[in-house]
Amino acid sequence: MAGKWLPAAELTGSGRPVLHTGEVECSLLSSVDLECEENPNFPLFKSGLLIVTTHRLLWIPASSTAAFAIPLAAVSHIFSSSSSAKKSMIKTMFASPRVRIQVSATPEGRVEEGGSRSVVITLVLRGKSDQSDSFSGKLWEAWRGRAWESAGDSGSSSGVGGGVGGGGGVMSVRMPVVGVSGILRKEQEMWESTDKSLQDAFQDLNALMSKAKEMVMLAEKMRLKLLSGSNNQASAANDEEMGSKEEMQDWLLSVGIASPVTKESAGALYHQQLSRQLADFVKVPIERAGGMVNLIDIYCLFNRARGTELISPEDLLQACSLWEKFDVPVMLRKFDSGVMVIQSKSYRDEEVLLRIKSLVLKPDALRTGISASDAAITLGIAPAMAKEHLLTAETKGLLCRDVSPDGFRFYVNLFQEIVLDDLFLVKDHGTYSAWVSAAVASR
Amino acid sequence: MQKLGDFKMPNFFNYPPYFTLQPVKDTREKQIQLWKELILDYCRTQKFFIIELEKEFPLFTNPVIERSLSHEARDIFLSALVSDGRAEWMDKGHRKCLILWHRIQDWADLILRFVKDNGLEDSVMTVEEIRSGTESRGTELHGIDRTVLMRALKLLEHKGKLTIFKGTSADDEGVKFSI
Repeated sequence: MAGKWLPAAELTGSGRPVLHTGEVECSLLSSVDLECEENPNFPLFKSGLLIVTTHRLLWIPASSTAAFAIPLAAVSHIFSSSSSAKKSMIKTMFASPRVRIQVSATPEGRVEEGGSRSVVITLVLRGKSDQSDSFSGKLWEAWRGRAWESAGDSGSSSGVGGGVGGGGGVMSVRMPVVGVSGILRKEQEMWESTDKSLQDAFQDLNALMSKAKEMVMLAEKMRLKLLSGSNNQASAANDEEMGSKEEMQDWLLSVGIASPVTKESAGALYHQQLSRQLADFVKVPIERAGGMVNLIDIYCLFNRARGTELISPEDLLQACSLWEKFDVPVMLRKFDSGVMVIQSKSYRDEEVLLRIKSLVLKPDALRTGISASDAAITLGIAPAMAKEHLLTAETKGLLCRDVSPDGFRFYVNLFQEIVLDDLFLVKDHGTYSAWVSAAVASR
Repeated sequence: MQKLGDFKMPNFFNYPPYFTLQPVKDTREKQIQLWKELILDYCRTQKFFIIELEKEFPLFTNPVIERSLSHEARDIFLSALVSDGRAEWMDKGHRKCLILWHRIQDWADLILRFVKDNGLEDSVMTVEEIRSGTESRGTELHGIDRTVLMRALKLLEHKGKLTIFKGTSADDEGVKFSI
């Protein structure tokens, strides 16, 4: 129904909007209604989350199911919120603040860029009134920034100097800086010949901020260049060079969350939105690590991707603990030892236990046991993580420990197989007999 | 098969985790039981009566796998024997432990059988004679620890089966049986 009047917007699995290239969130506000007085068929948009980005106005219902968007390009006028309220002072004291925007629409009344008709849509801000003032300010800023106009040509332009920079004075929309600076500095000599304008970016932070978007593009371009380069000279390039190229690619890939959720843009919704963004972000690293990643590793990866908009460990923890309230495919888990990890909900301990079991039953492991790093190599995970798994397996009675000057090792648990009444009995075909033959073979 | 003197060691004596205190409850319980059995077995066949925690005890170190029990582990395993009534701490500091592979009551019964077997029901013997005399040779009483023997004799005295008295030499005591 609603899709008939407003274009739909895409959402991620955890309910965050999918942003277009170069699109950045400017402000978030909860409890916002959308109304259209001219159109009696306009459906009820009640109490949703309104997000102002550099390109669109996004409205997400509380259920986070289907979102709608008003392209800022379609907005032809924003009415000052106070003008209509002058009619009655008493009314303004109690009524929710309203922001009216004039948008172009098709003759049928569907909101669309470049439509022949125009309709007025009212945003009813039911949240705290102090927020609504800054909200309309942000909306004005975003609308006047006209970031959507530069999006098209900067994507295809061959020169890096194009894009937003060309807008000159229109740069009123502050682009959050994305964390390329560290990487770029490392590879600076490679870049020096590429573009002189990049040099300016390193001079001071303000310049860097205005160049952030270009740099993400440049990083992307270099990645593609490296990719094609390695294909072309695959035969000629030596291994070392290939290795550094792959490393460089990895760096460039981990560069950017284009629109990090910040306290400034999200306000009271900060932790909730951060939580959703984090849920989207962790999917790839968790998958790569086999279903579970240390919280500390995520902290580093997440902040690296956010660039200069760093978050504190407390914010991360709070964002993780909010997952219980949302339907996201990941969860926070705390081990008995206090180590915290993020794991996917589909993750099963049993699978790891089975793999550990087959590992400790190998003749070598029967004889000498396994260390956390042995398990880490076999399971393809970090040693700290492997140790947690081994300790879990120990608690379940699968393993037992051997602490000696040689270190901390784990053996398959034989204790339950030994018969108390006959200490010398070794039953055939058991783990105990397998261990005995492995141990005898070693002497 | 590994041997300690003429004592045949069970296979698990070469299992390294056997020498590390296991933290998981079920595993630890089984480990303690295995140690209790092995200590009693070993002391019975080798006639060890006293284990001193701070001194080398053959069972507590396995040079083949280079493992040895920590002081804490020794204390825990022996304390488990103590709570079973199969051992007694000889000092408050838990430095020396008396191992009773026979309980004192069982030792007393052994003495009674020994007296009857040898027709000594109304005789007089010195304590030292019971431990190392010709009569006791070949019985379990031969080589018994003096502390254990005195405890058993006192138990029998309490029941009126014998009288202990000071002997002629200062360091020996005599026993008058009256069964």
